[in-house]
Amino acid sequence: MRTLCDIKPGNSAVISKVICNGKITRRMFDMGLVPGTEVFVQKYAPLGDPIEISLRGFNLALRKSEATLILVEPCF
Amino acid sequence: MIDLAGKITVALAGNPNCGKTTIFNKITGARQHVGNYPGVTVEKKEGFKKVGSTEVTVVDLPGTYSLTAFSPEEVVARNFIVREAPDVVVNIIDAANLERNLYLTIQLMELERPMVLALNMIDMIEESGVQVDHQALSTVLGMPVVRTVGSSGQGIEKLLDTIVVANIKPPHLDLTYHQAIESAVAGLMSHMQDIKQQLVFPLRWISLRLLENDSETMKEIQGISGGQFIIDAAQNYRNDIVKELEQEPEWLIAQTRYEYIQEIYRHIISGDLERLKFSNKIDAILTHRWLGLPIFFLLMWLVFYLVFKLGSFPQEWIEELFGRFGEYISAFITDGDLNSLIVDGVIGGVGSVLSFLPNILLLFLAISLLEDTGYMARAAFVMDKVMNRVGLHGKSFIPLLLGFGCTVPAILGTRTLENQRDRIITILVTPFMSCSARLPVYMVLTAAFFSEAAAGTVLFAIYSLGILLAIVMARFFRSVLFSGSTEPFVMELPPYHVPVLKNILLTMCERSMLYIKKAGTIILAVTLLVWFATNYPRDAVFTKSYDEALAAVQTQYNKNMREQVLNPLRIQNIDDHPVLHELAVQMAQSGSMRRTVEDNLAGLSGARFTDSPELVAAVRNYLTIQRQYEETKSIINNQQAKDQLTSSFAGRLGKFIEPLIAPLGFDWKIGVGLIAGISAKEILVSTLATIYSMGSGQQGSFYLKEALVADPNMNMLVALSLMIFVLVYAPCLATIVVIKRETKSWKWAAFSFAYSTGLAWVLSFIVFQGGKMLGLV
Repeated sequence: MRTLCDIKPGNSAVISKVICNGKITRRMFDMGLVPGTEVFVQKYAPLGDPIEISLRGFNLALRKSEATLILVEPCF
Repeated sequence: MIDLAGKITVALAGNPNCGKTTIFNKITGARQHVGNYPGVTVEKKEGFKKVGSTEVTVVDLPGTYSLTAFSPEEVVARNFIVREAPDVVVNIIDAANLERNLYLTIQLMELERPMVLALNMIDMIEESGVQVDHQALSTVLGMPVVRTVGSSGQGIEKLLDTIVVANIKPPHLDLTYHQAIESAVAGLMSHMQDIKQQLVFPLRWISLRLLENDSETMKEIQGISGGQFIIDAAQNYRNDIVKELEQEPEWLIAQTRYEYIQEIYRHIISGDLERLKFSNKIDAILTHRWLGLPIFFLLMWLVFYLVFKLGSFPQEWIEELFGRFGEYISAFITDGDLNSLIVDGVIGGVGSVLSFLPNILLLFLAISLLEDTGYMARAAFVMDKVMNRVGLHGKSFIPLLLGFGCTVPAILGTRTLENQRDRIITILVTPFMSCSARLPVYMVLTAAFFSEAAAGTVLFAIYSLGILLAIVMARFFRSVLFSGSTEPFVMELPPYHVPVLKNILLTMCERSMLYIKKAGTIILAVTLLVWFATNYPRDAVFTKSYDEALAAVQTQYNKNMREQVLNPLRIQNIDDHPVLHELAVQMAQSGSMRRTVEDNLAGLSGARFTDSPELVAAVRNYLTIQRQYEETKSIINNQQAKDQLTSSFAGRLGKFIEPLIAPLGFDWKIGVGLIAGISAKEILVSTLATIYSMGSGQQGSFYLKEALVADPNMNMLVALSLMIFVLVYAPCLATIVVIKRETKSWKWAAFSFAYSTGLAWVLSFIVFQGGKMLGLV
């Protein structure tokens, strides 16, 4: 299974599952990171973490440790 | 029902960055009041506006993305809406970011209060050719929808009219969750029929929250008889759902909400929305792989320069103004005690409170600019990796940086951190950044005990030690005080905006007023207390009669003047001779003598007296006698001050704690200095100068250096131990008060005081005793 971390900047993917992890995933749901959502990976921060993604018309930053909880299907 | 000619309360709710504050400021203008929600550190902003004959109270709820129990802000927002029951809830949503903004709207609707939707920043998306059908939105959601542009004020009138005039009913949310959720909700609602009188929240809301394991809701239900039964039932439903669908209810609920929103969205939007294009272009530079960090550091340097460098000018004016005012007042109050109380205590105290004001105004100018443009989130994005390693948040960097200037504005700057834990940890470690008030202490000690070549290295080592301690302690606090709670870093990077001037000015005024009202008064009170402790009791037993000594000095002065200056020139008075008169006037004006007699002579027009060796000798004698006289007088005054200080409460305390600080190499003199230094760390230098009975003139610190070197108790190792102690020990009074104000509890202020003093003791002990064992003394 691929996670959001495996998607290179400039590519899109569709969320297939979010591994539940209490409070962290709760916040991710609220921000719209629910299965079926298409996300576009914008870039990595200059030091390599966090990641900037776009979804539902806004930009979001999240740490790699959180991005690994998001399983995705790449869009081609 | 809305009473047309009466009073109504309106709550503003919305996401962060939706333009809520701009609308709040537009509606209420300067008629605002900042208070607190009971029991939490969340600020409560209220404003007032008269619409026709109706007095409208507007409450600006904290900006949130959701209404879970995730943060105190979210709990405050939902509790206010249900418990305080405002007449209307105005939900402000960013028209360009409908999907995520409507997520909150749905949760607000579930609270079943009358609602109005403000479709804000509508101009931005319509300029790009996208149409929003607000009537269709109004029909779907069953509530009035008003189009607004907060920055220009467009639509605000209409919004107010709608709130006041329209008879608004709670909307009906036409949203069905997954069938498993719905049947659990139905079951829970029927269980709750018996206790429903005791519940303030809508039953459907409570059922959904219980299924989501919402901690706040569970706590509340537990307090009601029969509540535990409901919670157990909800747990059973929850377990069944997880077993059957392999998904947590919160997941299903969020997903259904977003699906519902997407349907509405397709229905009301026409055109392709590309609002992020412009922002992404700016980000291509500002968070660029190579340019991102240099730009960040450049901007941080600018912030530091603005707050401290530019702020130092008005700061000097304020200090000078209060100094002059004190002198002016002195002339009117002849009573010594009263004079000291008014001039040193009250005027000095008010002056020191106000001297922070330029820094605070400029700090909030800088912070507002960073936040309102949208750069603050980028700064956190760029720095997060480093700060996360340390156990802090990307946004902690700014307060820590400001700490090198002054800890007071730095702690006020922690306000940008949304999370309470991040904020408290940052507050606790910020004092380790060596503020500018500690520099004079380091300077005197390094100058006295280290060679010029080594002084720079020592200074660098002290600053580095502070940074290292901040890192170590931040990690320590993260793992000990706040263990087990990992905070997610899911942060919106809002589109860049041109900041609204009115918002910035209001923030600056509001923060400064809060500082003066809440912190200033306490700082003043404590300053007076320290003044009292260092000046009383007045029954000091002087080691000799200072009045006699001063009189003797005066007699000697008069005699010398007569014999060496007045008699040779055959005059009665200094003013009788034009050259001496000029010199006396010059000295009176400049307030002090030039460094050498030659300098003073050079300042006079030489041609008039070089021919007369008699005059040159007289001038020389005059200057020498004058200087000797003033220096001796100053030393006697300081000896008297030393006797006074030694027998004062602070002095007695210094002696009392001597056994405690002796293992660090400190005697009672340093003890008194350290106690006085709590009021402000640079005070340590002037207190030591008083204790060593040094002149307080321009060369005061120069003489202090000599005196320290001459003191047999002082050496390089003690100096090092003292510098470390000054770096680490209790933050200054103003800081402690500001910590109390920002954490809303004396507990954290006391903790900060106690742990840093304890840590300082341990570190100085290790350095001093270790150094002694290594034979460094």
